[in-house]
Amino acid sequence: MSQDLKFYQTGTFTVGNRLLDPDQRTVQSSLARDNSLTSGHRACQGCGEALGARYAVDAAMRATKGQLIAANATGCLEVFSTPYPETSWKLPWLHSLFGNAAAVGSGIAAALKVKAQKAGLEHSATHVIAQGGDGGTTDIGFACLSGMFERNDDVLYICYDNEGYMNTGVQRSSATPPGARTATTLPLGPQPGEEFGKGKNVPLIAVAHEIPYVATASVADLHDLEAKVTKAMTIHGARYLHVFVPCPLGWGSASSDTIKLARLAHESGIFPLFEAEHGEITSVRKIRHRVPVEDYLRLQKRYAHLFGSHPRPDIVARLQAMADKNIKRFNLLEDAA
Amino acid sequence: MISQMEGSQAVAQSVALCRPDVICAYPISPQTHIVEGLGAMVKGGTLTPCEFLNVESEFAAMSVAIGASAAGARAYTATASQGLLYMVEAIYNASGLGLPIVMTVANRAIGAPINIWNDHSDSMSQRDCGWLQLFAESNQEAVDLHIQAFRLAEELSMPVMVCMDGFILTHAYEQIDIPTQAQVDSFLPPYEPRQVLDPAEPVSIGAMVGPEAFMEVRYIAHAKQTMALDLIPGIAADFARTFGREAGGLVRRYRCDDAETIVVALGSVVGTLEETVDALRAKGEKIGLLSIRSYRPFPLAAVRAALKDAKRVVVLEKSFSVGLGGVVSADVRMALSGLHLRGYTVVAGLGGRPITQAALTRMLAEAVADTLEPLTFLDLNHDIVNRQLAREAATRRSGPIAENLLRDVGGKSPRTETADKTEVTA
Ligand SMILES: Cc1ncc(C[n+]2csc(CCOP(=O)(O)OP(=O)(O)O)c2C)c(N)n1
Ligand code: SF4
Ligand SMILES: [Mg+2]
Repeated sequence: MSQDLKFYQTGTFTVGNRLLDPDQRTVQSSLARDNSLTSGHRACQGCGEALGARYAVDAAMRATKGQLIAANATGCLEVFSTPYPETSWKLPWLHSLFGNAAAVGSGIAAALKVKAQKAGLEHSATHVIAQGGDGGTTDIGFACLSGMFERNDDVLYICYDNEGYMNTGVQRSSATPPGARTATTLPLGPQPGEEFGKGKNVPLIAVAHEIPYVATASVADLHDLEAKVTKAMTIHGARYLHVFVPCPLGWGSASSDTIKLARLAHESGIFPLFEAEHGEITSVRKIRHRVPVEDYLRLQKRYAHLFGSHPRPDIVARLQAMADKNIKRFNLLEDAA
Repeated sequence: MISQMEGSQAVAQSVALCRPDVICAYPISPQTHIVEGLGAMVKGGTLTPCEFLNVESEFAAMSVAIGASAAGARAYTATASQGLLYMVEAIYNASGLGLPIVMTVANRAIGAPINIWNDHSDSMSQRDCGWLQLFAESNQEAVDLHIQAFRLAEELSMPVMVCMDGFILTHAYEQIDIPTQAQVDSFLPPYEPRQVLDPAEPVSIGAMVGPEAFMEVRYIAHAKQTMALDLIPGIAADFARTFGREAGGLVRRYRCDDAETIVVALGSVVGTLEETVDALRAKGEKIGLLSIRSYRPFPLAAVRAALKDAKRVVVLEKSFSVGLGGVVSADVRMALSGLHLRGYTVVAGLGGRPITQAALTRMLAEAVADTLEPLTFLDLNHDIVNRQLAREAATRRSGPIAENLLRDVGGKSPRTETADKTEVTA
């Protein structure tokens, strides 16, 4: 099939999976999917992280023909997937600590490399992913992540970004956006919620490491997420995937709105989807129907203080300005032609 | 082959003979020469296949070792002092997961005040973490203990620290017998992991465990260390058969047989103490020496057996539990529970303070006369301590402690003279 298919059918937003060649269809639509994160885990209903992880890891499993090992940071994903004496993981999986998943991944990759050398191979047939939440990635695990990047260790690191420390009860992380309420950034005082001018953009920091591959993805666009994981698994060296995963519990959103919120985050420009290789941005996911940031904010109780009896249109405007800046910076609008 | 070399280089060669698969390196004195030596061997192609990772911190070093070990590799790292503390969370994790990592600790003091010289505060702070801790008396023993450590770690599937005195051993040049590869290969079989991350047989490692089984998991760590009490002497005996020299074991007794006074110590100070004991023996004193070579597991029975017929025990230790006294002493006392022996704790050599034969001889004379304080700090400069305490009593803004003490030791600089005057007028 030569035509580049668009998955959004106007009005419905359904994934046109059936229109694709069988080998391009989503991993999840296949009976042969691995179910690496299988049913029975304890994630909340509508958990974006559980959804993102299932798609990402299954895509990685397919890309590596099941030759995959995962290192996992402490956090919701770890806790809900492995309550003793059960595990939802159907691949070899190691949880060590909160802040060291990237380094543990480096260690696994090093062991596999030596094993391959002993067998006379250049690369191991087995691949490594390391994964964690935004807190485990952008805060406490940041040094290990940066170390893994700069050494160009053969690991795909996947960050599931729900914009806060959810497992410990929704505290602020350096990925928490301005204006958002968390248990440690309450909607009090002149700057309710998280203050402006703080936080860091780890995908761009990853790009600055000039590693072979960096991408952002979203549970709104699962086919794109799978494609990015699949591409990442064809590359050796350090790779980074930052997945936007709404958290109904922490964001105060309806469980049924997880995908919708992720889509609004992309379509408002709040969360840009892009790819970068060796320090250069190589592709962006265009916005098809641009929406105001307010549409995205209003569905979440963590922003309720912006719209209540003491509305803060000034803060909404600043958030809109952030989205506008992303749209310009990443050139997110469909070309006028 | 016997040759003249630095302790660190000898340890690097010994580790290399153990065919490690993954080595993680992060510099900190006095350990650095060991990983430098290993790095040179990997880069030079004499240690291959082996992955040598220059990591960004000790926390990462231990984390990389954890990942490597869980993926079936023989993993090694080395550290000291601040570096050991920086990796603490991962240290507990490695033992909790039962991963047989071997790590050299080039013993060094912990700051503040920052101090690069030798004492045992670093590894003693980790005595409860679940790792086995072996102490080397000499560089030859450090070489030999590393070979034993890999075998011990892998037989138990538990991590092992080999503790050797920073600078005193790591930087000392002496004659060391480096075994042959064939000898090491015959003693140390290839690593056969108990648990391994393998796509052919997927397992989840490191799952959350609640009250229903956590105690049992921790107890198993203790059960393994208890098993090590038998394993360590067995491995030492096997080592002696293969390599033709004695090293390791739980304890080493020196002239203890009819001893009324026995000094207990760990590490390189045992050498100094041997000479002191010889000198006192020559004067007719019934004195002996007990070297603790396995600090974890702590050989309660062997220590009790060695000490029970003495009249008094002097524990000489390079560690200090602030607010209590001795660290090793508390364990020795536990070994002696129910026995009526006079016990003395001597804290010595903190931060590299030299432990001289003269001071030891003086201290032991007091011990034998039972005039020694129960808790003694060898060669403590009471003058400057008292001056600082007086200063703190006299003025609120007494200033930084360490700087004040250094001024008192070294004489005052003009700047501090003025500062003091201001204090007086204020
Ligand atoms: C060293 C350390 N500090 C703090 C914690 C407590 N802790 C466990 S999970 C977690 C939050 C995880 O947040 P994130 O990484 O964003 O993952 P999420 O739960 O949101 O998916 C925290 C703070 C810990 N386990 N270890
Ligand atoms: S708190 Fe959020 S991230 Fe955690 S399981 Fe629930 S929905 Fe998922
Ligand atoms: Mg989070």
